[in-house]
Amino acid sequence: MSSLQCDITLTVNGETIRETVEARKTLVDFLRDDLGLTGSHVGCEHGFCGACTVRLNGVIVRGCLTLAVQCDGAKVETIEGLSDTGECADLQTAFETRNALQCGFCTPGMLLTAQELLASDRVPSREAIREHLSGNYCRCTGYHAIVDAVEAVAKARAGSGT
Amino acid sequence: MKPAPFGYAKARSLDEAIGLLGQQPDGVKLLAGGQSLIATLNMRLSEPRLLVDINGLHELSGIRLDNDHLVIGAMTRQVEIERSADIARHAPLLAKALPHIAHPAIRNRGTIGGSIAFADPAAELPACLTALSAEIEIAGPSGKRTVRADDFFKGLFETALGPQDVLTAIRIPTALADHRCGFDEFARRLGDYAIVGLAATARANGAGLKDVRLAYFGVGATPVRASRAEVALAAGDLDKAVASLSGDIDPQDDVQENAAVKQHLAGVLLRRVAKQMTEARS
Amino acid sequence: MKITDDVPSTLTALDRPNSYIGRSVPRPNLARLTQGRGHYVTDVTLPRMAHVAYVRSPHAHARIVRIDTTAAKKMPGVIAAVTGPELAKVITPWVGVLTHLKGLKSAPQSAIAIDRACWQGEAVCAVVARTRAEAEDACALVQVDYEELPTVTDPETALDAATHVIHADLGDNLCFERSLDVGTVDAAFAGSDAVVETTFVFGRHTGVTNEPRAIVADWNPGEQRLTVYHGTQAPHMMQNLFAKHLGLEESQVRVLTKDVGGSFGIKVHTYADEMAVVALSKLLKRPVKFVADRIESFVTDIHARDHRVKAKIGVMNDGTITAFEIDDLTGIGPYSVYPRTSGIEANQIVNLTGGPYACPNYRAHTRVVFQNKNVMCQYRAVGHPIACAVTEGLVELAAAKIGMDPLDIRRKNLIADNAYPTGSASGLKFEALSHHASLDKLVKMMDHDALRAEQTALRHKGIYRGIGFASFIEVTNPSAAFYGVGGAKISAQDGCTIKLDAQGAIVCHTGVTEQGQGAEAVIAQVAASAFGVAIERVRVITGDTDNTPYGGGTWASRAAGIGGEAAWQAGKALRQNVLAVAGSILQAKPETLDIRDSQVVDAGTGKERIGLDEVARIAYFRPDTLPPGFQAELMATRHYVPRAFPFSFTNGIQASYLEVDTDSGFVKLLKHWCVEDCGTVINPQLVDEQVRGGVVQGIGAALYEQCVYDERGQMLNGNMADYLVPMASEMPDIQCGHVVSPTADSELGAKGAGEAGTAGAPACVMNAINDALRPLGAAPLTDMPFTPGKILRALGRVS
Repeated sequence: MSSLQCDITLTVNGETIRETVEARKTLVDFLRDDLGLTGSHVGCEHGFCGACTVRLNGVIVRGCLTLAVQCDGAKVETIEGLSDTGECADLQTAFETRNALQCGFCTPGMLLTAQELLASDRVPSREAIREHLSGNYCRCTGYHAIVDAVEAVAKARAGSGT
Repeated sequence: MKPAPFGYAKARSLDEAIGLLGQQPDGVKLLAGGQSLIATLNMRLSEPRLLVDINGLHELSGIRLDNDHLVIGAMTRQVEIERSADIARHAPLLAKALPHIAHPAIRNRGTIGGSIAFADPAAELPACLTALSAEIEIAGPSGKRTVRADDFFKGLFETALGPQDVLTAIRIPTALADHRCGFDEFARRLGDYAIVGLAATARANGAGLKDVRLAYFGVGATPVRASRAEVALAAGDLDKAVASLSGDIDPQDDVQENAAVKQHLAGVLLRRVAKQMTEARS
Repeated sequence: MKITDDVPSTLTALDRPNSYIGRSVPRPNLARLTQGRGHYVTDVTLPRMAHVAYVRSPHAHARIVRIDTTAAKKMPGVIAAVTGPELAKVITPWVGVLTHLKGLKSAPQSAIAIDRACWQGEAVCAVVARTRAEAEDACALVQVDYEELPTVTDPETALDAATHVIHADLGDNLCFERSLDVGTVDAAFAGSDAVVETTFVFGRHTGVTNEPRAIVADWNPGEQRLTVYHGTQAPHMMQNLFAKHLGLEESQVRVLTKDVGGSFGIKVHTYADEMAVVALSKLLKRPVKFVADRIESFVTDIHARDHRVKAKIGVMNDGTITAFEIDDLTGIGPYSVYPRTSGIEANQIVNLTGGPYACPNYRAHTRVVFQNKNVMCQYRAVGHPIACAVTEGLVELAAAKIGMDPLDIRRKNLIADNAYPTGSASGLKFEALSHHASLDKLVKMMDHDALRAEQTALRHKGIYRGIGFASFIEVTNPSAAFYGVGGAKISAQDGCTIKLDAQGAIVCHTGVTEQGQGAEAVIAQVAASAFGVAIERVRVITGDTDNTPYGGGTWASRAAGIGGEAAWQAGKALRQNVLAVAGSILQAKPETLDIRDSQVVDAGTGKERIGLDEVARIAYFRPDTLPPGFQAELMATRHYVPRAFPFSFTNGIQASYLEVDTDSGFVKLLKHWCVEDCGTVINPQLVDEQVRGGVVQGIGAALYEQCVYDERGQMLNGNMADYLVPMASEMPDIQCGHVVSPTADSELGAKGAGEAGTAGAPACVMNAINDALRPLGAAPLTDMPFTPGKILRALGRVS
């Protein structure tokens, strides 16, 4: 009934994956080590930095505070998946144009978090953007450029009616 | 760091979960939202032999009205409480408190039951339930029982839950027309555990308040009721209420601030929260 | 999206057709990172790669009596468990001293502690296993018997006769001491109308790079060669050190630096646990990976700041500053960090204090002492935030004392813009600074008078807002004066090789590295402009000691100024070479030709003569059609090092507007401004973002960050819940402006911009808080970080 190792089947970025994982393995380590999806990053392993942010069944979660074994039957999406589908291509372009990233280590998590905000709040204030991103650590930018980029995309999406 | 090895079992029923908890009394932990537990596992601060995952027990999830009570399943995610119209209407204190809890990705996963059972003394939800006179429903090997929030939090990370108990739901009396509530906290950064926080409820009494319940967090091993201040506030004497806090709470120094600062901030919070409650209109 | 190009055009030699100099060109390498396709060292995996985890000392100071690895070695997946003495057979110890810091001393440090652990977190045993988790499992079974030794933690008593000496061979706990006495300090204070004296305290910080330190070492016995994938700022420096301490030739070591998840000076030092990784790879003959986890990062990544400065300023009633005096003390852990030493921050404080001001009287004393805490070393803006906060704190306190406006006292004393070249009392040489122009620009940008009026109006409503300023200078573009003269093999020069490919595009190989600052973009902009192609026709290669010119890397705000100039000169040289080929094809004199947008054109008319693709085709595939004896040279290398000045100083001024909740002591940041002068601005957006990021790091110092230790040398807040880094919600918008005073030392005229924000922000936040609280009679706050408790105590709300 219980085991140190478990078989799981899940979809990751639309692909069905069947793997045997150690129960102790976090989702982000599974994505990186077992599936080679290194776009999700490990920054602190205690839930504070947000670099490991991925989507689980449609909502963002900390990849370091979720076990891979818990994702049996789940749908997981990572920055690689969102990039391939083009779901947040406008956000990515805005980050690039506005230089809203420097080292880029926080960026995948930042993008997934911003994408979730814009799905629920079409034109958030700068303050609301800052609040929603408050769990994603960036040491490089000072956040101003990130807020600019998210704000610009929000306005553009609202303007184009998408 | 990576967690020490542990076994994993996904419970298919509440009874199974209770049974699994009994198999290895010392080394089993329930896995709810995992937002505190997995961090402690990752740092090897906790090394259980078995995790019993109750995320599949859908009967433990959801918000419903049961006559004059709101019933929140233990596995209800914090984000659901934050967005629930029923919560906003019937337990507005929770709606006020939720945005202060960690960050969106954490609230998407974290559960109300997990937060209550973990009983971090600086967490918002245990204090809220204390202020709300909530009852905590528990299922164990000898059946079900209900514990009042006032009796639930026993000590530092210690609750009324026995080793084989599962917290199943929270019952909160629905807010009546004269219900008043207030919430505020001092945290250095949005989403941080508070240096000190206050969750409060009362009933309107003309321009004043009655049945005041003040539950502080971050000032002791558990949520702390400020009973002298409650009396003074119900008597309409805010200054006395603030002054009497020194007899109600006994905060300790921590790495952020010392006891004197916390004691002072508790007074500032009381004035702000009292203002929220007296200025509120039904 | 609006990108502000707030830069006056002063370009001359750089003003080539289609120049990218001065334009906000997006960085060419960003899409990779936004798509999660970066390649950080933490992402690297190699065949047979093993993982190392360390057993670390729980004690700040303890003798290692016995280490038993028997049980650990029996664990599944374990490849080796290695102690300090065992590893010392493979790698030699080092001592972090520089000869130009006279008297600086330190003790030999080993990759793994040999018989004594000198700080909580020092590695005492390595366990190598198939996975990191298995290595950690086995670490838990390593038995270490310790005998605790007396700990030295308080710098104030570290030199007392009764205090235990950490390294007996050194005789005492003094690492470095320096004194300076210029002008007539005592007479100046005696003749002053007012003297202000106070003590400034700065928290112990650490960098908290989002990607922790990471290294993969791969010793290949078949090749007798070591390849190291390393998140470092200085690949050639590390190549030299790995070779030196493993007993190899430098040619046997290749250091590869791909994407680096933040550095800020954290990743420019020699870490014992990283040296152990290269040694373990050599010992075990297979790739070994180490990624510091966050918890061990807090007790092993270098710490910085942690200075106590007693400081004094004299001033006349007309605002003239008569003298500065400081007495600085810092504790830097048990070892001076190799090879840059842990004396530099203190040395910089002595050099920089009072630097913006024309004041001839200056006395300074600094002492750097050993203690049993994690090591301290150079971190972004080394010494600047301290010197700036001391100077600017004193200046505003003096202004308040004589009832003068804080901007007026600066106008009175800042070195005049027409006084250059000149120098500071401490001996710094300034080529061309613009303190007054910067101040004037700042006043306009922030609408100063309106802000003051708003502040006054709100005070009547019991709302206490503050406006604080900080003028600053910043050391950039260091020559060999920084490290080379002291004997460290840290290159001051940098090189760039540019080659024409067979389709007429160019590839730049540069010695500077990219950690997010945008060095690759800057090199591409400069090379494209100098050579004459669109930026899309430029590829930049960095971070590979096998394939880039020998260079220093990226630190001390040197990449654009030094690496950029090398690229400029290489681009020009390659243009001449290619025009020689084109001239021989076209039967034209090369000097009548130019290259513009990938076309060889008549320089005078701009008429297109031949495409670069065609030149390349002929040169590479049909050289037989070129005149006899003509050899096309399609690759050019140039090196550059500043020679006229030891450092290229920049300057600027910042302002902070904030509100203090006087009931709670909480500070809300409302807005921040920075005007800086980094000479020629190659890419305004990149400069602004360096400033913004730096400002927020400085705000972290002012309000949040501090490694808290107890008296036994235990770090109490070594995690991200308790060590408070700045997050988005609390940070203000930051407006940037520029004044341009190019350096004549290079054709490009670019100085550095990477540290200006961090240098000035703590000072101006401090001054703003004190400005807010002054009407309430609060004691001035000078002890960072300014927590709610400290503010409440200053207000007398809490005793």
